[in-house]
Amino acid sequence: MQLDQLYQEIILDHYKHPHGRGLRDAADPAARTAEAHHVNPTCGDEVTVRVATDGTVLTDISYDGMGCSISQASASVLHELLNGRGAGEAFAVHEAFVELMSGRGQVTPDEDVLGDGVAFAGVARYPARVKCALLPWMAFKDAAARAGVGVSPEVKA
Amino acid sequence: MTTIEIPPGMPQYGDVPRYDVAAVRADFPILDREVNGHRLVYLDSANTSHKPRQVLDVLAEHYARHNANVSRSVHTLGTEATEAYEGARAKVAAFINAPSPDEVVFTKNSTEAINIVAYAFSNASLRPDADPRFRLGPGDEVVISEMEHHSNIVPWQLLCERTGATLRWFPVTDSGRLDESGLDDLVTERTKIVSLVHMSNILGTVNATARITERVRQVGALLLLDCSQSVPHLPMDVVDYDADFIVFTGHKMCGPTGIGVLWGRAELLAAMPPVFGGGSMIETVQMSGSTYAAPPARFEAGTPPIAEAVALGAAVDYLSGIGMRAIQWHEKELTAYALDALATVPGLRIFGPTVPVGRGGTISFALGDVHPHDVGQVLDSLGVQVRVGHHCARPVCTRFGVPATTRASFYLYTTTEEIDALVAGLEQVRKVFG
Repeated sequence: MQLDQLYQEIILDHYKHPHGRGLRDAADPAARTAEAHHVNPTCGDEVTVRVATDGTVLTDISYDGMGCSISQASASVLHELLNGRGAGEAFAVHEAFVELMSGRGQVTPDEDVLGDGVAFAGVARYPARVKCALLPWMAFKDAAARAGVGVSPEVKA
Repeated sequence: MTTIEIPPGMPQYGDVPRYDVAAVRADFPILDREVNGHRLVYLDSANTSHKPRQVLDVLAEHYARHNANVSRSVHTLGTEATEAYEGARAKVAAFINAPSPDEVVFTKNSTEAINIVAYAFSNASLRPDADPRFRLGPGDEVVISEMEHHSNIVPWQLLCERTGATLRWFPVTDSGRLDESGLDDLVTERTKIVSLVHMSNILGTVNATARITERVRQVGALLLLDCSQSVPHLPMDVVDYDADFIVFTGHKMCGPTGIGVLWGRAELLAAMPPVFGGGSMIETVQMSGSTYAAPPARFEAGTPPIAEAVALGAAVDYLSGIGMRAIQWHEKELTAYALDALATVPGLRIFGPTVPVGRGGTISFALGDVHPHDVGQVLDSLGVQVRVGHHCARPVCTRFGVPATTRASFYLYTTTEEIDALVAGLEQVRKVFG
């Protein structure tokens, strides 16, 4: 397997220059906010994702964490893809990303839906790293549910 | 490596027993394979070791020729299987200089061995007539250290929860040594057992146990040494170490998985209540109650891992054939070479002793701020197999302020060329993440 399939330039770029990193208070004090902290017990990677919403739009998704390039780049891509989106759209993207990561490299990603997330197609071929990529997405799902917005179907990771 | 001139009349480097590493490597079929287009460089023996053909053959031969259950059959196969199983027990006993094979209890692994001791305490604590050395309650203390594997932390945490006893621990110094400065305050008349790792699976530190043993004897406590990382790599003599229990596991010493050892002083094993109930561990069973077999059978309920035990006996023969003193020296030289080589890698920080004294061939490190997962992944692409993560010793990671480390660990078949491959791989990591 070629290493550059895993460490695509896009992933390394998000890792070195993360988008939207840092936990933030919601700009609108009336917004509903909730967060979730997820840990990968096998390696100790951690991420906290905070979701602010008015009930229909995810007005801010902020996060903090520590971990490998895959988990941290994935959080940055999540922020870029979902921040400011309607909840329905966001969950469609969430579902597509989870499908891509669960596909053992057999799923062809749709760039229109997943944007920079397509760079993670190579990660799906490394079973040991799929959990890294999914860590922020699972935390997001929990945070969104706690903030009272819909949840995509259960994931078999 | 720095070589110091040893004065004449003293033991010389040339006097140290040695062996032909290339010949040893030829015994391990897996070392021939490639990984990701590169020659396998296996630097994860602290996780599990590879198995020589001599062990694999005995495992296959047992099932092919001598398979039967043990300790319950009068037929020929049953007799052969029992002799092989008990023969393995005698080999293991001799390997650690145990006074009697009956002091060797076969378990699934070190984790189960530690849990048997912890649950014996637990069960004794419920019985007023039990040996007072195994009875625990509020006010009593169990002492471990901050450098334990989770398997020597969690069973004692659970025991203390069940009995109301208090868990205390030795801290670790900045250089990765056991901090014994508070020994007399830590190990006191309240201490019932000290359960200490002999060689740390993450720092590589080999703990000097003499002072601790002396203190344990002074206060009348018991001493368990977790030798999972030491018995495979250095000569062990339970009489010389003056421990009460030691535990180790077969798969880290060229044996199969599923077989481990609890060694205990005969008199202590005899005083311990059973933990698992079932076949083989009884003396007589009536509906109104049962009496129990003498150790080691008392602690081996059910059909044991027979073939695995026999193969562990073969592993012990294999290691003894090469010589544990020679293996220890080989790894000492490798460790010295690796510590020097790793010191040349910019931004590399070692967790644990940085001199090849009082440590074994297990080296954990950080490479700048590159996450260990990423380090391990790049190394894997070059065929270099290291472990990354918290190594089931999360308190050590917390102690040194990192979520995880990268760990390279050596064994009797490791070569300096493999350490060179590691160092070259770390350069590649720096290129990808620089």
